[in-house]
Amino acid sequence: MLDQVTNQSISGPVATATSKLVVEGVSKWFRTPRATIHALDNVSMQVAAGEVVCVVGPSGCGKSTLLDIIAGLSKPDAGHVLADGQPVTGPGRQRLVVFQEPSLFPWLNVFGNVMFGLRLCPELSNGERREIAHRYLALVGLEKFEGAHVHELSGGMKQRVALARALAPDPQVLLMDEPFGALDAMTREHLYDDIQRIWSDRRKTIVFVTHNMREAACLGDRVLLMSKAPGRIVQHFEIPLPRPRNIYDAELIGHAGRVADALRGTIGGGVTE
Amino acid sequence: MKRFAIVSSFLVMLLVGWELLSESGRWSPVLFPSVLSVARYLWGAMMDGTLFEAIRVTMQRLLVGYAIGAAIGLPLGVLTSSSQILEDTIGSLALGLQTLPSVCWVPFAVLWFGQTEGAMLFVVVMGTVWSVIIATNHGARTIPPIYARAARTMGSRGTHLWTMVMLPASLPFLVSGMKQGWAFAWRSLMAAEIFVTILTGFGLGQLLHYGRELNAMDQVIGAMVVIVLIGLLADRILFAPWERFLHRRWGTNVR
Repeated sequence: MLDQVTNQSISGPVATATSKLVVEGVSKWFRTPRATIHALDNVSMQVAAGEVVCVVGPSGCGKSTLLDIIAGLSKPDAGHVLADGQPVTGPGRQRLVVFQEPSLFPWLNVFGNVMFGLRLCPELSNGERREIAHRYLALVGLEKFEGAHVHELSGGMKQRVALARALAPDPQVLLMDEPFGALDAMTREHLYDDIQRIWSDRRKTIVFVTHNMREAACLGDRVLLMSKAPGRIVQHFEIPLPRPRNIYDAELIGHAGRVADALRGTIGGGVTE
Repeated sequence: MKRFAIVSSFLVMLLVGWELLSESGRWSPVLFPSVLSVARYLWGAMMDGTLFEAIRVTMQRLLVGYAIGAAIGLPLGVLTSSSQILEDTIGSLALGLQTLPSVCWVPFAVLWFGQTEGAMLFVVVMGTVWSVIIATNHGARTIPPIYARAARTMGSRGTHLWTMVMLPASLPFLVSGMKQGWAFAWRSLMAAEIFVTILTGFGLGQLLHYGRELNAMDQVIGAMVVIVLIGLLADRILFAPWERFLHRRWGTNVR
């Protein structure tokens, strides 16, 4: 049921043909005038097509940096990332990101924000773009708010628009960087259902970064646990529960508890978030 | 509508109070002219064309000086925001010179350019450019980097990134920089017109100045009223539409 493996065996296996994303030996240092911080140390992971992988760890463990590197927004100092077997050299719209901070453009309304990414898809006609934007806003339940301005939306609605904006250009990979971290619990639980529904519809490959163990157990096929300073993937859990999953399901809470226990072990009994 | 009624009755009360005070005869009408004599002066100046000519001359100087100041200040502000070296050099120079009241440039300008339009323009540009640099620099530094990051993941780069993301993202600071520059240009020009007497054009500041020379308080107050009205009008026409747009979209600066 619970499959824990050591770091060596995670970084060990070579890329398989079905891997959508391959991260191999990625290291990253941040140099500031006062110190050099070793953010990521030889991180390797693979994500199969249509798989949901959650990356959890204490804050400052480099999980957001890892996501940035997968997105192509920053470059690793060592190692590389392959998407569909091709090295990632910069951001690309096959890998769209939902950020934790509000990233919607305030000068555009809700519809304009979803259209932004679609306008950068040259293969679509304008009519198709509008049709797609309407469809994805309906998918996240915001069809009545197409003309609303960004500041008029609640935090949960903003993240729904950001989700629609990231889904609309039909990326193969969705990267989510603690997208619900700033939301209240009720809104979050609603969004877990949305994500699961959208995933079962579209089978996107998702990498989901969070520090919330239950969120990870609710959404992930697998959960990768990272340790801090330097950031390493230290453990690996399978979550073999059927979907849709309920965040209050006892078995799910059991899985989340095991991840939390393991996390406490890696940071020497310190307080987790 | 209710606000309009309050504002207009306030203005009427102000004018009535002024009229009553001047009627009371406690002050000489030379120093405290009545509302009516100021209105008569304005009407006369309007009829013989001196007022419109003065407004035209002043607005021309203002627009040219402001355009030059903004054309220098905006790019310099953007550059300053993108480099630490420029921030430490041009940025601190701008901060220092911005504290210098623009009227202090008048002696300098007169010695360099003489009693010419050039001196006038120089004072306006010096009054405008530093505050535009500071406002633009500050604004450009506060654009959230997340906008560019999000846009880049969606495939935006190069010209598209600059025109579709960075430019609209910078609208709030562009507008506040331009507005600040406008206010400083207006004040500088009035200082220059009052202190620099030249024959190539007779602006509102000079109208004010000669009102003093001629001991014509109705002209002095009349010119002041026109200067206030132009300032208000410029704000309404040039900046209010942008500020309304920003308020609607960004939800900031609640009025």
